[in-house]
This record gives sequence, structure tokens and C-alpha cells, in this order.
Amino acid sequence: MSEITQQIDLNEAEFGDYFALLKPRVMSLVVFTAAVGLFIAPGYTHPFIAFTSILFIALGGGASGSLNMWFDHDIDSVMKRTQSRPVPSGRIKPGEALSFGMWLSFISVVMLGLASNLLAAGVLAFTIFFYVVIYTMWLKRWTPQNIVIGGAAGAFPPLIGWAVATGDISHISIMMFLLIFLWTPPHFWALALFMNDEYTAAGVPMLTVTHGKLETRKKIVLYSLLLAPVALGLSFTSVGGLIYFVIAAVLNIRFIFGAWALLRRDEEIAKSDNYIQERKYFRQSLSYLFLHFLALAFQSMWIKAGLEAWF
Amino acid sequence: MSFRPAHELHRRRLGRNIGLGLVLIALVSIVFGLTIVKVSNGGNIEAFDHITRPALVPVGKE
Repeated sequence: MSEITQQIDLNEAEFGDYFALLKPRVMSLVVFTAAVGLFIAPGYTHPFIAFTSILFIALGGGASGSLNMWFDHDIDSVMKRTQSRPVPSGRIKPGEALSFGMWLSFISVVMLGLASNLLAAGVLAFTIFFYVVIYTMWLKRWTPQNIVIGGAAGAFPPLIGWAVATGDISHISIMMFLLIFLWTPPHFWALALFMNDEYTAAGVPMLTVTHGKLETRKKIVLYSLLLAPVALGLSFTSVGGLIYFVIAAVLNIRFIFGAWALLRRDEEIAKSDNYIQERKYFRQSLSYLFLHFLALAFQSMWIKAGLEAWF
Repeated sequence: MSFRPAHELHRRRLGRNIGLGLVLIALVSIVFGLTIVKVSNGGNIEAFDHITRPALVPVGKE
């Protein structure tokens, strides 16, 4: 008897486990891009409305993370990277993660609707649906194009932020959407290049698993080239300017050359140095996105201060 | 009636309960704050209540 109690003790969920269900690291990118989308949008938003809106966008993102962990707990327990998550480790039951995620989805959408407007709430609801049903349940285990289409889910937050401020969708918010949408495939394929064995073991049809690594390296170059015109194109909208243009130009040249270097790499050499360059490219892709949105925020502060966008 | 000593379970779940309590307090504060912001909409929340209230007469207007 005492032994049984002991086991339950060790495996009981703590507050932090429920927080981990929200995928805090993904949430931080959601918060940041949504905040920039809201900040650079024209018009005035009351600071408290802005704060609560971003909070509930983040909560909606967290809810979809929880639903993702409910559905994926079987493959999460196979992959080393995800084994210690609350559900595969047994601290939270799959059903608990499901109801937790459903309730948070409901609360976040309703509260965002009350705090801002119905368009923003509607797009948030669609984002959760897209990530959980279209990506997690359907595409992820079925097609190597999984992250190409699934990336749309992560691309919505700046568009929602913009909708909170303006109640509308514009060509600028669509370009911010495209920036993240086209960035997602090279970002995750770089990860798949050095995590390939785990995806194979879990039976997830990543491009590296189905079409091989050379094909993946080619596709990374392709997407880095598609990404550049969108990223630079934002310079010529009303939120862009010289500061953003210079930063985006440097980042995109670096990103394309990095992709090219990955393509030129020999697989045997890559394996022998434990994919050091692929890991570097993965980290570089994270800073690529972060710095683009930071540059947009800076440019916006510059313009709002009444200074010339292009000097 | 005497109080029984706290069960070991309560001690174990203290962290979770405190966390949940803080989340609920935060939610109430947010709803309250949103109400104030939405209702005031940059203006004054107070209004006339059947009798004249000199404090609410706009300055410079007799």
C-alpha cells in the first residue's frame, strides 16, 4: 500500500506541468509577433486592451499546444526531444490535457472577442482549429508537406494582433502572415536534418524521412529564396522604411547563403561533425524571424516619432 | 468538533492550489479592468443619478 502511494506522489502533476502543456517556448514567439502586429498597426489601442488581447492570443496558442500534446502523446513518448513532456511522462492524463485545452480555447476566444473584436476572436478560433485539426490530426502524420501547410497556424498571430488594433485585415498583415508562413518550412527542415532518426522512429513523414536529406536541403534553399521578396517587400509598405530594409536585406542574404552552404555539404561530413552547421542554421532561423519583427517595431517607432521612413 | 490534522494530500497539492488561486485572481482583475476601460472609454464613468451633481457639470459651463 505504502509503495503505491509513493509512486503516485512522484508522478503527480504540479502547477508547472499544466504550464508546460501550453508550450511556453512556442507561446513566446506568438506573444512577440502578435504584439508587433498590434503595435505597428495604425490607430490607437488602449494599453490595457492591448495587454489583455495579447494575453488571450497567447492563451489560445497555449490551448492548441495542450490539444496537440493530447493527440500526439503516442509519438511524443517515442521521440527523445518530447519524452519528458507532462503527458508522455505520465504526470498528466491525455484526457486531462484534452479538457484543459478545450476549456482554454473557449475562454481565450470568448475573452479576446470581448476585449477587442469578433474578427480577431474568429481568426484566433480558426488558428486553434487549423493547428489542432488540420495540422496535428490530419497533415502531420500523412504528408511530407505537413509543416508547409501547418506553418499557417503559427503565422496567424501578427494578423490577429493587427485585427485587434484595426478590426480589419490588410495587405500588411497578410505579408506578415506570409513572412512566418514561408519561414516555417526551412526552420523545421533544418531541425529535421539533425533529428531525422527520431522522426523516422516516430513514423512522422517529415521530408527528410520520405524524400531524403538532399531533397530537403534543396527545398530549404528554395524557401529561403521565396522568403526574401516577402521580407524585403514589407519595406515598401506604410510600416516599412530604410531601417527595416537594411536589417531585412542583411538577414535575408545571410539566410540564403546559409541555405546554400547546407546544400553544398556532404552528408557523411555532416554526420561526422554531428550536424554542427545544420544546428547553427536552425538557431539562425530563429533569430531571423525575431529580428525581422524587432526591426518592424523599431521602424514603426521611428515613423510614429514623426521621422522620415526613407530619409 | 475538532480539526483533523491536514492530510498529506493537502500539503502535496498546496503549490497547485496557490497557483490556481493566483490565476483566478488575475482573471477577475482582468475582467474588472476591461469593464472599467470599456465603460469609461476615455471619459467619466460617473453619471447623473436623479439629482443634480455639480461635480459632473463640465468646467466652464454654467
